[in-house]
Amino acid sequence: MTAPGRLNRAIDWFDQRLPLISLMKHSAIEYPTPKNLNYWWNFGSLAGFMLVVMIVTGLFLAMQYTPNVNMAFDSVERIMRDVNYGWLIRYLHMNGASMFFVVVYIHVFRGLYYGSYKPPRELLWWIGLVILLLMMATAFMGYVLPWGQMSLWGATVITNLFSAIPVVGEHIVTLLWGGFSVDNPTLNRFFVLHFLLPFAIFGVVILHVWALHTVKSNNPLGIDVKGPQDVIPFHPYYTVKDLFGVGVFLIVYCVFVFWYPNYLGHPDNYIPANPMVTPPHIVPEWYFLPFYAILRAVPDKLMGVIAMFAAILVLFALPWLDTSKVRSGTFRPKFKIAFWLFVVDCFVLGYVGSQPAEGIWIVVGRIASVYYFLHLLVFLPLLSKFEKTKPLPESIGKPILDPAPGGGAAAGAKALVVLFAVFAFAAATPALAAEGTTLRKQSWSWQGMFGTYDEAQLRRGYQVYREICSACHAMKLIHFRNVQAFGFSEDAVKELAASYTVTDGPDDNGDMFDRPALPSDRFPSPFPNENAAKAANGGALPPDLSLLTKAREGGADYVFSILTGFATQPPDVELPPGKFYNTAFAGHAISMPPQITDGAVEFADGTPNNADQIARDVSAFLQWAAEPELEERHAMGVKTVLFLFAATALMYALKRRIWAAVH
Amino acid sequence: MSDNAMNETPKTRRDFLFAAASAVGVAGAAVAVWPFVDSLNPAADTRALSTIEVDLSPIAAGQAITVKWRGKPVFIRHRTGQEIEAAREVKVDDLRDPQPDAERVQKPEWLIMVGVCTHLGCVPLGQKAGDPHGDFGGWFCPCHGSHYDTSGRVRKGPAPKNLAVPQYTFLSDTQIRIG
Ligand code: FES
Repeated sequence: MTAPGRLNRAIDWFDQRLPLISLMKHSAIEYPTPKNLNYWWNFGSLAGFMLVVMIVTGLFLAMQYTPNVNMAFDSVERIMRDVNYGWLIRYLHMNGASMFFVVVYIHVFRGLYYGSYKPPRELLWWIGLVILLLMMATAFMGYVLPWGQMSLWGATVITNLFSAIPVVGEHIVTLLWGGFSVDNPTLNRFFVLHFLLPFAIFGVVILHVWALHTVKSNNPLGIDVKGPQDVIPFHPYYTVKDLFGVGVFLIVYCVFVFWYPNYLGHPDNYIPANPMVTPPHIVPEWYFLPFYAILRAVPDKLMGVIAMFAAILVLFALPWLDTSKVRSGTFRPKFKIAFWLFVVDCFVLGYVGSQPAEGIWIVVGRIASVYYFLHLLVFLPLLSKFEKTKPLPESIGKPILDPAPGGGAAAGAKALVVLFAVFAFAAATPALAAEGTTLRKQSWSWQGMFGTYDEAQLRRGYQVYREICSACHAMKLIHFRNVQAFGFSEDAVKELAASYTVTDGPDDNGDMFDRPALPSDRFPSPFPNENAAKAANGGALPPDLSLLTKAREGGADYVFSILTGFATQPPDVELPPGKFYNTAFAGHAISMPPQITDGAVEFADGTPNNADQIARDVSAFLQWAAEPELEERHAMGVKTVLFLFAATALMYALKRRIWAAVH
Repeated sequence: MSDNAMNETPKTRRDFLFAAASAVGVAGAAVAVWPFVDSLNPAADTRALSTIEVDLSPIAAGQAITVKWRGKPVFIRHRTGQEIEAAREVKVDDLRDPQPDAERVQKPEWLIMVGVCTHLGCVPLGQKAGDPHGDFGGWFCPCHGSHYDTSGRVRKGPAPKNLAVPQYTFLSDTQIRIG
């Protein structure tokens, strides 16, 4: 073993005193792994990879974030706009949470299909479920940190679950909040816990891997390893296979990060938290939807909460519910059907959870919830008693009786991918369509993989904002220096800023004073405070426009539709006083009077100034204001994905080489 | 075991693949580190605040004010004729950090420097009435006893360099922009 050379002697010296190197060698290099693992076994290492990504991105975010109700929202926006690559780190973290859950859910379903919870792997399974529970707690508290509307109301709804507990419930909720509502103390402790729990997860993951290496990996045949002919060392076979998996996974992950960063999120969370107004649809993040559906399926508060928690806790009992000696679903024809029905049921639950709790969805939700428990508590025990299983192959190394056991899995993989895509699409489809509003979709320059802003259009849009919108709407997140993005020179920015007056101070005498604005100043607000803004606008607060296209379903199309959606009201509609009829606005009665008319502004570049053009230009400007990083994001995305394709192809080639002898 | 598996494939081909994949992987990881490191550098809002403008008109001869620039104190001293004289008389070659007074000011009556001791970063005394001015009539750093003269040059104590002069321009006779 001891090869000559100083280095090896040094390694031996170290290892005799602390066997770290032999531990690594033992568990990451020599670890004898069944030679027949399919790609479903990639998701365990992928989950570990995601945990590291989340911890690293999270640490760098925490260095910039401020856990205070008055500053949290703006500090996140500062990360998005001012911190170098802050948008990248935040989008990696935000979408990373979703990716982490995708990976872990697939990992769990893999365990369900191949019976990875059966002896001797019960403890391994339970530790995994503990990780899942910790992940859920962590994800929930992380979602609160940006302190948007969904953060606040999600936190309110979820913490209120505990109020269902008889007698002490209310006290527990007050204790969780540290006050009488979700407020600053809640945000502070959630931040601390959100920081702490990932390290707890890391610790439990070590236990998970330790338990795995003690009982060894299960495999698609579900039979025990009979001897050395059944196994191969983890390195290089599974290291290269896992790296190839990481490559494929990163491509999917990056598509979300660079082109659809908010697809899995919720527009309402780009509205700062407001304890006086609840958003119309409170929906949790997609990974909680099935459980949310179970909660709502039960018409009793306490029972609903119990059912929801039971949905996860029941998984702990699987080793006793499914007692079939055959582990792998491949050799259990009836179980296989039941398994896929169960998967479909979970997707149905997820979809129901995303819909408003009314009409048909209540019925579907109840049936799906009952079926969830029926499968686990009734079908599995019955199946393990009465099912006639197929004969098991003698060993992993011997030719297998079933000519293509992977065939079923491959078909299943496809089914799962399709289902997931449908689900993601459905969950993100706005429920607005039903409300009879019209969305006039436009084609925009920033759409598509290479999309960029049209500088001339942004300049025109800014002009529209300055001449029209800024009379009522603030844009607090935008600074004068930012307009350099669409062609203002440094001096032009200074001149522009200096044409505004801002209040500064106090000076040495303690007085506030006026001075010309500087490039580093924010766009001044038209009103000194929110109440003044409301008072001047008939009680309705003109929303801040900095994030409007991100905070509204439909984005720039929605803004454009509102601006051009004013119409004379149909004779059968009655409008409250001071409201205007708008075809794009939910409920049709909007407080903003029509502003954009033909000829409302005069464009210096000779662009026709009809109402549609003006509305389109200002919508584009607002899109830029909400996503100033978009051009950099697209450009970096193209480079990153091209690189990943090349790197993944190389990994695949290397994997084929290395595995050539095994196949 | 792994070696057996390799022998069946042409060695060179695998070696090339292995080297290429490793190189690409390492390069990718190295590039991915940069955004994280760069996120720790000053952000755009911090960078945007890196200039300030100061009105000098209220500062009488013999007086000094301290303003904050990039989070640090900047000393602005309206020097008297005596102080200017004293600063000019010093033999430059004898200084630890040789610099004639003329190099440290744009207008002799205005001495503008970053008020951070070049030893280990304390703020020297000498701005306020009643402060000690050290042995050379300028500033005195209480942390480890560095003495600066009326031109802000180090004359005694552990500091290696003169107090730094920031970049500044006179926008008018009584208005400067620092940074
Ligand atoms: S820091 Fe000023 S003398 Fe040491």
